[in-house]
Amino acid sequence: MILRTFPMNAPTSGPRTLYDKIFDDHVVSRQEDGTCLLYIDRHLVHEVTSPQAFEGLRMSGRPVRAPNKTLAVVDHNVPTTDRTLPNPDAESVAQIAALAENTREFGIEYYDGFDVRQGIVHVIGPEQGFTLPGTTIVCGDSHTSTHGAFGALAHGIGTSEVEHVLATQTLIQKKAKNMRVTVDGTLPEGVGAKDVVLAIIGTIGTAGGTGYVIEYAGEAIRSLSMEGRMTVCNMSIEGGARAGMVAPDEKAFAYLKGKPKAPAGVHWDEAIRFWETLKSDDGAFFDSEIRLDGASLPPIVSWGTSPEDVISVEGLVPDPDAIEDAVRRDAKKRALAYMGLTAGTRITDITLDRVFIGSCTNGRIEDLRQAAKIVEGHRVNANVNAMVVPGSGLVKLQAEAEGLDKIFLAAGFEWREPGCSMCLAMNADRLAPEERCASTSNRNFEGRQGFKGRTHLVSPSMAAAAAIAGRFVDVRTWPQV
Amino acid sequence: MRPFTQLQAVGCPLSLSGVDTDQIIPARFMKRSRAEGYGGYLLHDLRFDAGGAARADFPLNAPTYQGAQVLVARRNFGSGSSREAAVYALVDYGIRCVVAPSFGDIFASNAVNNGLLPATVSEPDGEALLAALEAQAGPMQVDLEACRVRIGALDVAFAVDPVWRTKLLNGWDDIDLTTSHAAAIAAFVAGDRARRPWALPRTTVGKPD
Repeated sequence: MILRTFPMNAPTSGPRTLYDKIFDDHVVSRQEDGTCLLYIDRHLVHEVTSPQAFEGLRMSGRPVRAPNKTLAVVDHNVPTTDRTLPNPDAESVAQIAALAENTREFGIEYYDGFDVRQGIVHVIGPEQGFTLPGTTIVCGDSHTSTHGAFGALAHGIGTSEVEHVLATQTLIQKKAKNMRVTVDGTLPEGVGAKDVVLAIIGTIGTAGGTGYVIEYAGEAIRSLSMEGRMTVCNMSIEGGARAGMVAPDEKAFAYLKGKPKAPAGVHWDEAIRFWETLKSDDGAFFDSEIRLDGASLPPIVSWGTSPEDVISVEGLVPDPDAIEDAVRRDAKKRALAYMGLTAGTRITDITLDRVFIGSCTNGRIEDLRQAAKIVEGHRVNANVNAMVVPGSGLVKLQAEAEGLDKIFLAAGFEWREPGCSMCLAMNADRLAPEERCASTSNRNFEGRQGFKGRTHLVSPSMAAAAAIAGRFVDVRTWPQV
Repeated sequence: MRPFTQLQAVGCPLSLSGVDTDQIIPARFMKRSRAEGYGGYLLHDLRFDAGGAARADFPLNAPTYQGAQVLVARRNFGSGSSREAAVYALVDYGIRCVVAPSFGDIFASNAVNNGLLPATVSEPDGEALLAALEAQAGPMQVDLEACRVRIGALDVAFAVDPVWRTKLLNGWDDIDLTTSHAAAIAAFVAGDRARRPWALPRTTVGKPD
């Protein structure tokens, strides 16, 4: 039996990419047409995309195959205000209650809104050591690509697939193509992971990575912290790629060591020996190669309604009339109208109503440290409402231990409870129509942060500086940088 | 799942590119139970104005396109969020096929899992289909066996992953198919315990695989 099964797991011949290796390592069976059944090591579940999956299991009388490889948390809907008060949003209350009930019925570990480990699903996975190099990780959320920062193959799935993974611990997959994005050089002061990934998306476009898994490489990527690498991998989906990854190294291992669910003792040593093999071989084939010079990157601001609509903070709102492709020209004209912007406006002349610091892209401790460093000793502009939403209860505790909450509060920021919050406006945190927001989140789509709301995607330090100045400023000129 | 072979139905033109899943269904509606159907939320903020009134200039609201079961859109349809609710909204509205030059990856696989056909056409063919529907509303034909879309004399090819095509033609359910590989999964798990003991979660909660 084993002899019959394992030849089908035969690795891609010749030098392999990191993605090839992890994919090959998880093939349960392979059909002649290339369709594979892939074993899933870790499954993260949240309240919004899981109810119908559990309902499906219930209707077909199927159990959850591997509850110990499944971890549930509430994040999308939870209020970021005092949770001991009644939640007036009956629909959210019902959806949260359904997750509590489903996880109890199916025997799955669950962090509720009062658990200090609660937080955004892509923040808590790594925090708990649930996310590990060389594993396959899925979640009914497109930003699951975040976990690729640890050298995992991690991607979002739909609810039918959530049910499939719950029932079988596998996923039906065809191999994607390999893309490598190399960012060379040393990033300038004031330029960070968010600027890198926005620049990448601006280069390849929102469909540029469709059908690919991206491996991020190069000096600028290697020099990023784990938080920074998570920011980059997080937004792979904004470039169209389901998954993004970085080969794990000492930084990844150091981050995971001692985490509650990470291997320990002899298993830790075995894991390290294996994880050290997780890199693309010399001469491995990439279907597409993209190169950027990190040393010449400026702070980036999005101006439109697609994450590819990005420009340097020193730039001007572009003129769609200069675009040759008619479909693209129409889309960009529409974006400008939605955003209430005129071509030729200086980015630094754009004034703001709101600032949101948080999300699975930029809600980690390093993000809050960067923002606090900019904010310290200043006041939020009188025309701006600004809020900080830590990515998890543990991030919040850490920030409070470092006194970051006091810096934000003294400046006039709101300091909230952890969750997805105004990244997608499923709870009470949202923009009013035509409000303009500098946001550290991942999507500037129409209506994403609230009906008719206007989103500009930026880094935590750019958002912090914008909150103080009331308009975009080049953070490289900020006194603290 | 209901098999998809051929469809003869009203087609509706949606001449927008990059219609992301946040536009197909805004997140605020995903808190609601699907019991009453998600069709009313489809493209909600494009279809309705701030007061909730139907926008006369939006094609899905035009009398000529009522009862549409095919949507023809521009490139990169369904990019962004993995929310399957976007597919629920289309399906519950009555849409059985979306024709576009390209689709978001996750959207397309979600579509197939709900019997909704994502039919990929070339850009020129997509523009021709849009022009034909905008010039004159009427029935269009989607033939999954032949992989052709037809509006009157206009007859163009579309592409769909062959595995997805087979699945749609037969109305197969993935979980049933995978359950037939139970022995292979069990063998993988048994081998994996010895091969990667470090990958077993250190947790006291939940039955192990």
